[in-house]
Amino acid sequence: MQDVWKTYPDGSHALRGVSVLIERNEFVYLVGPSGAGKSTFMKLIYREEVPTKGQISVNGFNIGKLKPRKIPFIRRNIGVVFQDFRLLPKMTVYENVAFAMEVIEAPRRLIRKRTMEVLELVGLKSKANSLPAQLSGGEQQRVAIARAIVNNPAVIVADEPTGNLDPETSWGIMNLLEEINFRGATIVMATHNKEIVNTLRKRVIAIEKGVIVRDEPRGEYGYEI
Amino acid sequence: MRFSTLLRHLREGSLSVVRNGWMSFASVSSIAISLFILGVFLLLSLNVNNLTKQIENQVQIRVFLDLDISQSKIDAIGRSIGALPEVSRIRFVPKAEGLEMLRRNLGEDGDILDDYDDTNNPLPDSYTVEVSDPERIADVAAKIKAIGDADPEKPIRSVRYGQGTVELLFKVTNAVRNIGLIIVLGLAFTATLLISNTIRITIFARRREIGIMKLVGATNSFIRWPFFVEGALIGFIGSAVTTGVLLAAYNWLVNSLQLEFGLMMIRLVTVQESGLLVGGVLIGLGTLIGIWGSAISVRKYLKV
Repeated sequence: MQDVWKTYPDGSHALRGVSVLIERNEFVYLVGPSGAGKSTFMKLIYREEVPTKGQISVNGFNIGKLKPRKIPFIRRNIGVVFQDFRLLPKMTVYENVAFAMEVIEAPRRLIRKRTMEVLELVGLKSKANSLPAQLSGGEQQRVAIARAIVNNPAVIVADEPTGNLDPETSWGIMNLLEEINFRGATIVMATHNKEIVNTLRKRVIAIEKGVIVRDEPRGEYGYEI
Repeated sequence: MRFSTLLRHLREGSLSVVRNGWMSFASVSSIAISLFILGVFLLLSLNVNNLTKQIENQVQIRVFLDLDISQSKIDAIGRSIGALPEVSRIRFVPKAEGLEMLRRNLGEDGDILDDYDDTNNPLPDSYTVEVSDPERIADVAAKIKAIGDADPEKPIRSVRYGQGTVELLFKVTNAVRNIGLIIVLGLAFTATLLISNTIRITIFARRREIGIMKLVGATNSFIRWPFFVEGALIGFIGSAVTTGVLLAAYNWLVNSLQLEFGLMMIRLVTVQESGLLVGGVLIGLGTLIGIWGSAISVRKYLKV
């Protein structure tokens, strides 16, 4: 990310000249007060927003200049996880995860095999035929993570993945993310969870009012809740 | 697109109809009801068309011959008229039959003709000519007249087809037909709006789903296809139900009214004759509207 500016149509500057390099296989916490620009930072990565100025490349693609037709193809290399899970409510757990593979037109047998594999990894193989509404929050988030990783993306973007979960469940999710990071994926995670950041030490990037104010290799959360 | 992906879209689209049970039911009902009204008017207008055609086909040309011409000349003229491509039927009416017809038409006053019999019949022999396209009756009459004029003996005395009256009749029947067409088109248009609106509402409820699909990296066409399938299915089911109910009801109506209308010399269009047209129009329109409605609605939410 090089000198990225993002100004929304209402004139507010979400990001003001942000430059940062995240290496392959890094695990990065994005911290900062609400409205500091964390979400915008993440949206730029998976191309829900385009930078007003500056350049962003992900996996070697300059995604600011991407044609709309190409967007789906870069998103397939980026897994996204949200605070509110964003599962398809009328599809079963299995179908939700398999959907990400149907999108890339994978053969059905491979979809079956890989989906079950990923569900096993997140510990939900037995709930494959349940609907999201029948699961607890932690389970739903694990389905979302399974969906995010099913295509082996190089980057996982997680926007407050533990925001809606109790501490114990949050640790389950963190273990999962660490496992995925260990297997080779780059993880960018926005969070407000001081305990997690201070315990599971990783690189911390702090954003305030659209500017990076701190970037430490094994940082602390640094804010009082 | 891979074949397996196409299958996936078909499967996913059909599943979606089931998954969104109530929404699908709402759309199917809306299609069924709008198309039912359209179907009723379609049948009505088919019958009006049929009726006007029956009336039009009753117009004939009467060709009156001269009194004193030979039988061979009569036959020759009959052959010439019959050879005209527009003529569908020609019948010779000898003067005796003409007298009988006149007597019948006069009804109670027929006795004024009592003094006439075969020996002093004042009427000429004539031909009754029916044409294949009644709208061109004036042309055909002129041609028949020309046949007579071409002969040095001028054997045709007059050609009559109810000049003036026939033209008025055609004006009326054409107007009736056009009004019917306008009503049917207007209803089709209203049905289209109503149905696509219902579909739009059902898809609006699912805009979040579309957004999620896009975040997972689905291309627009990948998202769109199952919606097309779903729309087509809903349109098809709705219009098929309507067609079934409508034609069954109409069949019952025709069967129970046949006698009454038959006495009035009116023949209703049967289900056998109209079923294919009505079914084709309703099911075709319903399915197309289903696809079109979902296509425009999905497009709106694809811009994420």
